[in-house]
Order: sequence, then C-alpha cells, then structure tokens
Amino acid sequence: MTVYIIRRCLYAIPIIAGVNLIIFFLFFYVNSPDDMARKILGEKNITQEAIEHWKNEHNYHLPLFINRQVQGLSQFSQTIFFQKSIGLLWFDFGKSDRNNIDIGYQIRRRMKPSLLIALPTFILGILVEITLAMILAYFRRTYIDYYGVILCVIMMSISALFYIIGGQYLFGIVLKLFPISGYVTGVHALKFTALPVLIGIVAAIGGYVRFDRTIFLEEITKDYIRTARSKGLPEEIVLFKHCLKNALIPILTTAVMTIPFLFMGSLLMESFFAIPGLGSFTIDAIQAQDFAIVRSMVYLGSILYIAGLILTDISYTLVDPRIRFD
Amino acid sequence: MFRILPTDIFVFILVASSFIFIVSARRREYWRAAWRQVRSNPVAMVSLVVLSLYVSIALLDTVHFVDRKTGATLSLLDWIAAPLREQVERTYSAPFATHQYTKESVETSDGKPTRSYPPLKYGGAHLKNTDSIIEDISKRIVQGTIQGIILAIVLSGLIVGAYHFFSKIFMRDIHSAQKNMISKRAVLTMVKITFAITIPLILLIHLSPYYHILGTDKVGNDVFYRSIKSIRTGLVIGSVTTLIVIPFAIFFGVLAGYFGGIADDIIQYIYSTLASIPSVLLIVSFMLLIELGESLGDIAWRADRRLLSLCIIMGITSWTGLCRLIRGETLKLRELEYVQAALSFGVNRLRILFKHIVPNLMHIVLISFILRFSGLVLAEAVLAYIGIGVDPTMESWGNMINTARLELAREPVVWWNLLAAFFFMFGLVLPANLFGDALRDALDPRLKT
Repeated sequence: MTVYIIRRCLYAIPIIAGVNLIIFFLFFYVNSPDDMARKILGEKNITQEAIEHWKNEHNYHLPLFINRQVQGLSQFSQTIFFQKSIGLLWFDFGKSDRNNIDIGYQIRRRMKPSLLIALPTFILGILVEITLAMILAYFRRTYIDYYGVILCVIMMSISALFYIIGGQYLFGIVLKLFPISGYVTGVHALKFTALPVLIGIVAAIGGYVRFDRTIFLEEITKDYIRTARSKGLPEEIVLFKHCLKNALIPILTTAVMTIPFLFMGSLLMESFFAIPGLGSFTIDAIQAQDFAIVRSMVYLGSILYIAGLILTDISYTLVDPRIRFD
Repeated sequence: MFRILPTDIFVFILVASSFIFIVSARRREYWRAAWRQVRSNPVAMVSLVVLSLYVSIALLDTVHFVDRKTGATLSLLDWIAAPLREQVERTYSAPFATHQYTKESVETSDGKPTRSYPPLKYGGAHLKNTDSIIEDISKRIVQGTIQGIILAIVLSGLIVGAYHFFSKIFMRDIHSAQKNMISKRAVLTMVKITFAITIPLILLIHLSPYYHILGTDKVGNDVFYRSIKSIRTGLVIGSVTTLIVIPFAIFFGVLAGYFGGIADDIIQYIYSTLASIPSVLLIVSFMLLIELGESLGDIAWRADRRLLSLCIIMGITSWTGLCRLIRGETLKLRELEYVQAALSFGVNRLRILFKHIVPNLMHIVLISFILRFSGLVLAEAVLAYIGIGVDPTMESWGNMINTARLELAREPVVWWNLLAAFFFMFGLVLPANLFGDALRDALDPRLKT
C-alpha cells in the first residue's frame, strides 16, 4: 500500500514538470516580457526605457534559459526560467506584477474562505447527488423516475450563471434569508458561505444525478443483485447496501473529475458573493491582467487537480479491495 | 459584394462535412438503424426541429456582404431584420412599451421642462392613442394567427405533395404496407412541424416591426434582435470548437490506440498533462496572451477573429477527452475478430486503419460532438462573465448576461435582457441535450461522455 502511494506520487512528477513547462512556454515564450510591460504600463507610445525599467524591477530582464554574462552555476540560476518557473515547484510564487503583492502570502490567506465554499459544495454535493440518484433508481420505470430524469436534463441545460444570479436575487434580495454578499471571519462566516454552497450544489445536481442513476441502473442488472434478491433480501437492502457499494467506484471517479470544475465554480461564486478567496483573487488578476498572479493560479490549480487524482486512486483501494497495486 | 469572415469558412466546412457525412451514412445499415430509432422518438424529433431553426438562423447570419451605402459588414439576417436593427431607441424600454423606462426632462407644450417618461421613437409609434395598445396587440395577434394558419395549410399541402412525389424514389426498398404506415406518421409529423414554425413566424412579422417585443437595452438596441444575433455566436462556439478538434483527436487517439508503444506513452503523457491544467485557467492564459497581439482590420473582422481564436483555444483545452475516448475504443477494436481476420489475410495496416477502424469510431465522434456542444455554449457565458469571452461588441448571450448583472442591481429592475438571454440559451441547450441523449441511446448506449 505504502509502496503504491509512493509510486503513484512519483508518476505525478513528470506531469508536474510538463505543466510547469507549458506555463513557462505560454507566459514567456509565446509573448515576450516586453509585451507584458506594454500591457501593464498601459500607454500607447511608451518609451523603451520605461519598459526596460519595469523589466528590471520585476526581474524580467534576464535571458530565458541561459545567462552567458555570468559564470558558473548562476548561468542557469540568473534566468527567467529558473527565477520564475522553477520556484513554482516549491510554491515560491514571487511578487505580483501590478502592486508588488506577495502572492504566496495572499494564497495562504485566501485559502480558508475558498475551502469553506469548495469543500462543503463538493462533499454535500456528492451526498445529495447519490441520494437523489438512488431514489430515482429505486422508482425506476415509474413516473417519478421519468419526470425526475426530465427535470435533470432541464436543470443541466441552465447556465450556472443563472443559478447564481437567480439564487442571489431570490434568497438575498427578495426573501432576505441570507446576506447578498460579503464575508467575515470566524463562526459567522457560515452565514455568508451557506448560500454559495447551496447554489453550487443545486447547479451541479442535474448532470450528476442523471449520470449516477445510469450507473445504478447498470449495476442493478448484474448477477449478484439477482442473487441477493433471490435469497429474499428486501429491495431497499439490495439497493442501498449491495448496489451502492459497487456503484461507488465509477461515481467516485467522476466526482474527482469535477475537481477542476470546482475551481471554475468558485471563480464565479466567489466573485458574485464577494468572498475573498482564491477564485476572486484570480478573477481580479485576470481583469487587471496581472500575469504573475494568473501564472501562479494556473500552476496551483493544476497541482490541486493532480493531488485530487492521486487521492481518488488511493480512495479506490479503500472502497474496492479487488484493485491491484501493480 | 460578398465578404467572408474567418469563422464563416469554418461554418462552410462544417456544413459541407455534415452533408458528406449524411450522404455516406445513408448507405450504411448501422447508421440507418440508428436513424430509425431516433426518428421514432418524438422528443428527439421535436428537438431536431428546434435545432434546425437555430441552425438556419445562424446560417442566414453567416452569409456576409458589405453594405454599399454605409460600408458596414452585414449578414443576410441583418438585411431581413433591418427594421429591428435600425429602430434604435435612446435607452431602456420594457417589452411592448410605448414609453421609455427611465424619466427624462421633457419640454411640455408651454415650454416648461418636466420630468416624465418620453414616448419611444419607434416602439408603438404607429398608435394614435397609447391607451389602445392592448387592442392593437390583440388585433395583430389574431390577424397573424389567421394568416399563419392559412399559410401553414398551404405550405403543408405543398410539402406533403412533394413528399408523396419523392417517396417513390426514396422508399423503393420498403414494403408497401410498411410504407403506408411510415408515410402516414411522417406526413402527420411534417404537418405539425409546419404549423409550429409558421404561426410564430408570422406573428413575429406582425409584431416585431411595431413593438420591441423583448424591450431595448441600455443604448436602445432591440433585445430581440440581439438575442437572434447571438445565435450564430453560440452555435459557432459550440460546433466549430469541436470541428477543429476532431482531426487531431482522431489522429492522436488512433495513433496511441492502434500502434501503442512509445507513441502511446507520449500521447498519454501529453493529454494527461494538458488535462491537469483546469480548463478555464488554460483558456484564460491563452486569451490574455492573444489580447496582447496587435489586431488589424475593421470591427467586424476583429470581433470575428477573436471568436475564432476563442474556438481554437477552447478546442486545445477540450480535445483530451475525445482523444482518450477514441484511444480506448481503438484498443478495443484492434482486438476484434474482423480486424484480426483482415490482418491475417495480409491487408496493409494503413488500409485496416482507414477501412475498418476509423469508420467504426465515427459514432463516438458524433456523440461527443453533440453532447459537448451544449457544454461549450454554456461555457461561453461563463467566459464572457470572467471577461475573456467573445469581443464585447459582438452579440452573445454571455455578453447579455454580463451586462444584465448590473441591470438587476438598479432600481427599478431591468429584467428583460437577462430573461431573453436565458430563454434563447435554454431553447438551444435543452434540445441539444435531448437530441444528443437520443442519439447516444441509438448509437452506443454504454458510452459515457
């Protein structure tokens, strides 16, 4: 088991290196730091001197891969690649382009509000989806199932933006059950995160309930279910015990596949509800065109996704003892 | 003088390739059986009709020409909907309103300025007395419905006639008893569809030149016209994105699945690396970089080029899923008896690929094309909200929702922009989902995309 986990983590190394390279290629090769300087300084006819000055300030004046002006190892360390990209590997994000904010500090500070939204949305979401899917599967070939599936398709055809705008309008402005937006630290944070979590869960229900339902229905036709029924077990036990356990494997896989979408969800949710998390940090950076922050967030998002994948692979082995470790 | 914008080329390629696909699929029993199953599903057929309505509007909007008088680039749709396009008010007005939604200083007849709701320049301008608006609207609705019914009867007569004429050619291979049954049902469906399309269309022709049936937006543009124009943007994003991806996904997927070895390792490495970067963030970084480049050409050209780059970028981030599916299916097909048989007969490996493997992957391509479509249309709105979507000057549902956010916060609330975007988007995505489901059930019910 330990060997398996270690090997699984080792597999992630080339992927992380690849992600790092892609990000470097995108942000420094496709367009040069000169372009970025022009964008940040924002003036049409800007002097080359001002560009050089800005580049010097932010360490963008170094060559990309090899610095021939210095000797020894610093030939490699005095380069953009080493200073801007290698540092990401040990989460050294550096300073932002616009106001010289310490990105690492911001990320640490904003992690908690983000997690307070993303984790409940993810976990409660899975619970709600599985429950609803099992109800539909229990009532299969009845009108409940038929209309339930139709409702699911309708719900998945509505843009997430409408759930957010509609939910905010209904619960925040009309019913006044929750504050419209904002955030405080401490226990009262719950008041502010409840509505985003609720909307996040509702917005995702349609697609996943429908998917989980097909998995349950597929599992129900298998032989061991027939055996369980024929030995006289009530349908509830068959469905909620035998079938659920086996259906969990594919359901967990797809749940993890949603982790990157979770990130996208929090992008929208945090910016709509003015929650000072990573998502709103990213959106603000995109709108201000702060490349250093966007670059860091792309890298962080990828790392979270890769970590999520490893976690699922490990959770497989806990759910399903048949999965081999080699 | 006709003008071809960058995305137009891709739309034409799409139309041509779907035509080729339909012609060649008609000859294969596998596709014909699937089509029979889809055809017998009423929900799927209704969805197909709605989808084809959207597609025909988008195609009208794809044929561009340069207007002689103004020099602006217009499409056939702009030309048809000229009254909608040209009747621009000053600012917000509610659906079917005769007066502006916001107060303005107006001079009364005796020269004193007062604050009141000024009448609209075009909306309801033909009315002598604004109190008779309900009477006028209902008169137009009744007139339109009657004309619509008459036109629908005439049209369905023509269509049924044409159908009977051509069915002799098309249904040679079907039994006559069966033929009768099929043709009765088919005729009934066609008549229903003709009615369902013609009557609303005539109603629109009767109402939309005289009223802003969905109101106007902040700068006074007709919201209905903007929603209609957004159709092309949505469809292009939903379809061109996948169209660009398909050749690459097939090439790499087949390469990895069929030849295996190092090629498989490399391709798997590339797509798992790309898939590790959350797609929104990857799209964001690409789009930010593209914005940096100098842009040439006039407004229409720039907006269209941005739409195309958005499609390409969304394609780059989304090809991995399709590639993975194709690789898996190729691995499965490679071991099947008929491929093994071909191999032992000494058939060239490339010939096996093109003759026995690629044609049998097409159902996956088609299913994921349609199921991906709705996701992409929805993603466009999100990207517009983040600020990296299509050009702000280009009509799109995403841009409409984006501006509607601020309008919800103002008092009194401007709701029609948001609602129009909602219904037009929903009207496209829901049929696409339903039709995609039906198609998947017919082609490969076990495929999970």
